[in-house]
Amino acid sequence: MSELPGDLRFTGEHEWLRKEEDGSVTIGITDHAQSALGDLVFVELPETGQELEAGGEMAVVESVKAASDVYAPVSGTVLEVNSALADDPEKINADPYGEGWIVRMQPSDDDMGDTMDPDAYQELLDDLES
Amino acid sequence: MGLKTPLHAKHLKASARIVDFGGWDMPLHYGSQIEEHHSVRRRAGVFDVSHMTIVDVVEGDRSLDFLRLLLANDVAKLREPGKALYSCMLNPAGGVIDDLIVYYTSPSTYRLVVNAATRDKDLAWIRKSAEPFGVTVSERSDLAMIAVQGPEARELAAGVFDSRFTDRALALKPFTALQADDLFIARTGYTGEDGFEIVLPASSAEACWQAVLDAGAAACGLGARDTLRLEAGMSLYGSDMDETTSPLESGLGWTVALDPPERNFIGRDAVVQMQSKPDRQRFTGLLLQGRGVLRNHQRVVVEGRHDGEITSGGFSPTLQRSIALARLPAGDYDRCLVDVRGKLLDARIVKPPFVRKGSICVDL
Repeated sequence: MSELPGDLRFTGEHEWLRKEEDGSVTIGITDHAQSALGDLVFVELPETGQELEAGGEMAVVESVKAASDVYAPVSGTVLEVNSALADDPEKINADPYGEGWIVRMQPSDDDMGDTMDPDAYQELLDDLES
Repeated sequence: MGLKTPLHAKHLKASARIVDFGGWDMPLHYGSQIEEHHSVRRRAGVFDVSHMTIVDVVEGDRSLDFLRLLLANDVAKLREPGKALYSCMLNPAGGVIDDLIVYYTSPSTYRLVVNAATRDKDLAWIRKSAEPFGVTVSERSDLAMIAVQGPEARELAAGVFDSRFTDRALALKPFTALQADDLFIARTGYTGEDGFEIVLPASSAEACWQAVLDAGAAACGLGARDTLRLEAGMSLYGSDMDETTSPLESGLGWTVALDPPERNFIGRDAVVQMQSKPDRQRFTGLLLQGRGVLRNHQRVVVEGRHDGEITSGGFSPTLQRSIALARLPAGDYDRCLVDVRGKLLDARIVKPPFVRKGSICVDL
């Protein structure tokens, strides 16, 4: 899966964001992140209604190898969490940009913060390779 | 840039995720280590274990005497060629230098298979200890090793052997081996399933690997190897025991042969002393009750006693829960708490193995 979806923005912590039509933002981790983590076995999700601060802990993904914190890329309120991940955390491995979405939130402002477009994220990945 | 086994090109072609292991570039997995784990418990998986160190101890009628001194288990138990046993090699203080399998291959000849990461130290120790005995210690870097494991493994692998040897290979009892032309076939393994470990010339490794895959085995990496052995309650050198730990505090007391009492072996006195220590630590299994994953070195809290430590922790794909091996304070308790990322989680103490021959052995 080397193609980065064109409608997403990315963070330096290997998360993606998609701005939805209703202004909410769907968030997940990238293919690079799921590959580095290996098979996921547990996901700890926030509660709906929870207030999140940009840079604060949003979720925890636990793989056979290690546990990894997923940080909120922007501040806002949790609208929906992907509860299917409770029984099938490996959805994140199989489809990180689709069925593996983690949280959908209402951002507190319109600013997409420190996020980058697909080309910039690809550059970051290329730099990591070398 | 580490050492590469004769099967390295095969792993790259199969899109393996390569990692360093003891100085070797080895496949961690080929896509999903959990799927590979399930393949072994359900059908058959094949592992490249060519990074392991193979040492042949040959010649001189003193090879028996030598190994009876070197190893904590007693090779005199191997009454006829073909038989094998699992042993620790101890230092004079009774700490574990390595764990290994020793095969009695022919009169006066034994084959030792020791770990990859401990290769240099093991070879130096074995050679030095062998000096007074006039035996030849020969590292077999010309050989590769492939493990085929699972309920269907032996049938599948036997189909790959020359037909002259099929029946004899299938008739092998556990912990016995036979030489079939170039192939050394042993009914041993590190997964808790039945199967073979095949030692063969490096030049034959690719063809054998491909034949086993074509016969239906799934290629499996080190990730699955670790989850399988942990479920099987099998120790990993460097995690569950090392030079600072006694086999008696590492769940390996059963591999130390104190009888006959006249057999001296390196570390014997220390083991005997440890035996009579009243506060000798327990080595046991842990089953996490809820969600989460136990990891190496996590602190174990035992009520009214000092802390213990997890030696090997991980997720069990077969149990769908986290399991671990741990070194704990002496006592007759069956529950404890584990400090998992700052939270104290409930764990039950269970006697390993957790899974053997595809069946769950513990109450969940």
